[in-house]
Amino acid sequence: MAFYVVQFLTGLASAASLFLVASGLSIIFGVTRIVNFAHGAFYMIGAYIAFSLTERLSGAFGFWGGILLAALAVAVIGVIVEMVLLRRIYHAPELFQLLATFGLTLMVEDLVVLIWGPDDLVGRRAPGFRGAIDFFGQNVPTYDLFLIVLGPVVLGILWLLFQRTRWGVLVRAATQDRDMVAALGVNQKWLFTSVFAVGVFLAALGGALQIPRDAVHHAMDLRIIVEVFVVVVIGGLGSIVGAFVAAVLVSELNAFGILIFPKISIILVFLVMAVVLIVRPWGLFGKPEAAARKTPGLTVNPWRPLTSNERLMALAALVVAATLPLFAGNYLLTVGSEIAIFVIFAVSLHFLMSVGGLASFGHAAYFGLGAYGIAFLAKMAGLPMIVCLLLGPLLGCMGAAVFGFFAVQLSGVYFAMLTLAFAQIVWSIAFQWVEVTGGDNGILGLWPSSWAASPSHFYWLALGVAALVTVALRAMVFSPFGYALRATRDSLLRSEAIGIDAKRIQWTAFVIAGTTAGIGGALFAYLKGSVFPDNLGISLSVDALVMVLLGGVETVSGAVIGAIVYKALNIWLVSQTDLSKLVLGGFIVLIVVVFPKGIVGMLEMLAQRRRKASPPGSPLLAKPIESAE
Amino acid sequence: MRARNIIVGAAFAFLAGGMAHSALAQDIKIGEINSYSLLPAFTEPYRKGWQLAVEEVNAAGGINGKKLVVISKDDGGKPADAQTAANELVSSEGVAMLAGTFLSNIGLAVSDFANQKKVFFLAAEPLTDAITWSKGNKYTFRLRPSNYMQAAMLVEAAAKLPAKRWATIAPNYEYGQSAVAVFKKLMSEKRPDIQWVDEQWPPQGKIDAGPVVQAVAAANPEAILNVTFGADLVKFVREGNTRGLFKGREVVSFLTGEPEYLDPLKDETPEGWIVTGYPWYSIKTPEHDAFLKAYQAKYNDYPRLGSIVGYQTIKAAAAILAKAGSTDPEKMIAAAEGLSMPSPFGEITFRKIDHQSTLGAFVGKTALKDGKGVMVDSAYKKGGDYLPSDAEVAKLRPKD
Repeated sequence: MAFYVVQFLTGLASAASLFLVASGLSIIFGVTRIVNFAHGAFYMIGAYIAFSLTERLSGAFGFWGGILLAALAVAVIGVIVEMVLLRRIYHAPELFQLLATFGLTLMVEDLVVLIWGPDDLVGRRAPGFRGAIDFFGQNVPTYDLFLIVLGPVVLGILWLLFQRTRWGVLVRAATQDRDMVAALGVNQKWLFTSVFAVGVFLAALGGALQIPRDAVHHAMDLRIIVEVFVVVVIGGLGSIVGAFVAAVLVSELNAFGILIFPKISIILVFLVMAVVLIVRPWGLFGKPEAAARKTPGLTVNPWRPLTSNERLMALAALVVAATLPLFAGNYLLTVGSEIAIFVIFAVSLHFLMSVGGLASFGHAAYFGLGAYGIAFLAKMAGLPMIVCLLLGPLLGCMGAAVFGFFAVQLSGVYFAMLTLAFAQIVWSIAFQWVEVTGGDNGILGLWPSSWAASPSHFYWLALGVAALVTVALRAMVFSPFGYALRATRDSLLRSEAIGIDAKRIQWTAFVIAGTTAGIGGALFAYLKGSVFPDNLGISLSVDALVMVLLGGVETVSGAVIGAIVYKALNIWLVSQTDLSKLVLGGFIVLIVVVFPKGIVGMLEMLAQRRRKASPPGSPLLAKPIESAE
Repeated sequence: MRARNIIVGAAFAFLAGGMAHSALAQDIKIGEINSYSLLPAFTEPYRKGWQLAVEEVNAAGGINGKKLVVISKDDGGKPADAQTAANELVSSEGVAMLAGTFLSNIGLAVSDFANQKKVFFLAAEPLTDAITWSKGNKYTFRLRPSNYMQAAMLVEAAAKLPAKRWATIAPNYEYGQSAVAVFKKLMSEKRPDIQWVDEQWPPQGKIDAGPVVQAVAAANPEAILNVTFGADLVKFVREGNTRGLFKGREVVSFLTGEPEYLDPLKDETPEGWIVTGYPWYSIKTPEHDAFLKAYQAKYNDYPRLGSIVGYQTIKAAAAILAKAGSTDPEKMIAAAEGLSMPSPFGEITFRKIDHQSTLGAFVGKTALKDGKGVMVDSAYKKGGDYLPSDAEVAKLRPKD
């Protein structure tokens, strides 16, 4: 019995650390709608600075003072980031801020190694909380007890802050309806900055408080960020109490789950999230999002098919790309194939995100399923390459059909997080089912047949498929189906009123996007000759998101350019410099500032301005539609 | 548009940087790949090690008079990126051989690439048994003692312990799984009386140490096998110390004696664990003295195990290239099979039967000295003594 009580207490202590970080994320998202990917980075910097301070300052006062000082220092960094970077892009398309914070995260990961060195750092234990107390023969660390108390205390302080202060009232109001708060004359700038500072402070405090139990190292951020997002979503976005309950739920399920299934930890949070979101689409304590006032489709120029001149230009670009084997060596051709494959992957996500308005955080699942489809067909059934290429993506299609059915019941960030949960579940199956998938050692030896084996042939294959896929998806955008899909994106209510079965349209779009991603994955398996669980992993999903955002989410085919720029730059930087993350992150941040609509989005806007300046040309372009803000 | 000028400027700066390191045609080039950005704690000393080796090789006249050049790439911890790097090294840099890698899945990915493209590959660090056995191929050689060898070394010491109730804790991925599997198998062969009472599989890098330690303690084992390392190990040890998990229990632990993993523990180092590792401070052989002196003179820092691995990888590559007298992969394979060479740990041989080197490891006990973790009572175990019989190996390895 004593054991179960202690295990429960241990779970509570884990929950407290998780809650601190999660609460900060929840507040930031609730008010600013920023998916703050850098939250883990702030957590990590908090730990690093606290390590340095507590090593230098002596005594109990030095330790606790160091922890607080570290959290404050990081909050200041957060304020600077908010004022210099994020303020410029609040009006950018939704999720664009994710790109900025992703760039920051990349930079921070290299910076901490530059500043604090590559070794794992182990800090001091907390003065006064070094040992354990005896509980019927079981040891309970006193620091755990401290954390168990701290969690509810922070919750209480936040509750008072939100319920009893004017600032808290404003924050709650902004969480519920940003536009209304702005209309009532509240200075949103400072509200956002202060909220961001509080959120970052909590993240850094959470990191600093890990010092007595963890090692400080440069991968801490990725270890926590996804888990924290999951906790926030399970609890319901913007709900602090929800975050607390979710943290306790997840931690306790883990603490007791490992007694029965020791391998459960790897997937537990995602299973919980999937179940919660299917049963309660807005998390445990969340409320349905208010209908958006802004119609996303109207903030941009209306989409139109390419003019015949532009078609010729696209064709010319394709022809130029197809001549690459005439002068490039094998390495460049293989890189070219890889980029073409990522173009397929990016346009498939772009179709879902831009046309369907459904941002998936787990799109790599269908890419990877396509790749595993190839592996199973080629290795187990021994089918020839051409058959595999035709059948392999069907695994992606099936996965998308099953998961998409559940996912399209939700919308916004909840949709995104459910797709992430499904992707992680697929990933963990690939990772754990060693007999079939080879686990993380993957499936090797999937090389292409001789007709496609030479780099130039494979490049032409990849390029041809990429061109076909892009054209097909574009054609779909301007087909009746595409119009219906865009209608569900722009206004669910109105589209349903005119008889569009929104869920079915969105589900179909999800399956199309998943199958297309599967085609990319299938080619990728042959390009690399092997398949690994990595092909389904979070980082690949994030890469896809970055490509789409970089290209411009409000464009018809921006993802093509986004994929080419991001992938080429990534491969080149990794090859040329040891600080590739720092440079790539810096580049992304720069792009975000210079091109707040993405690369293609910005080019289109410039072209539009030029057209406006010159006498009216086509009647379609002469009538810009005002947004209904 | 000042910002755009900065981008353009930066791009040109990188172009220029990229061109600067191109090597001369008559040099012999080795393409080296490792997870530099993902695992700097290991790869930084590793890089220092191989840089020292390159310097020594060239100071001694290079390879049959030609200068040795190593072109190094980061794989970011992703198998697919490692293959991109391998392809660049082979197709565009024209390297004579590939070397390096840390993670097992990356080692396997590069090994499969090498097999497909018929390129010589010297795997430095990946521990998986698959790379020389079940997924072995004729182009791939491996330097470090494998999972099996380290398990066999630890079992030798562990089997002497009186403990009968054992629990295991290992990261939930291939390395952890196969380390536990081999240890259990070899241990149960020697000691049929042993019971395995609990196993814990925290996700790599994400251990929730409190509940895990409690769960192990609840099974009341007499001894524990630990396979976690890095930050997970730190958390496990700290929780274990606070909760008294290690009191009165024997612990056998993979890799914990390596300075990379032992040093961060500082004064929290648990005493008396039986570990594999690298006690650089207590190895008194002329070969190691020479290496230690050269390393400390160059870097003003002590070597980690990564330094040894990096150093010996390039030394071995140079020896293979020198003996082959050619960069033809078939000739290099013929030269490498059965080749013996000196190393800081004494003479090692690349076995013909499975391309595994006989580099060994030190087995000893952890202890606290001046607030730091050290390995004591350590003895070098020759790798060749801890491999299964040739008949068994032949069964494990596919025919070329």
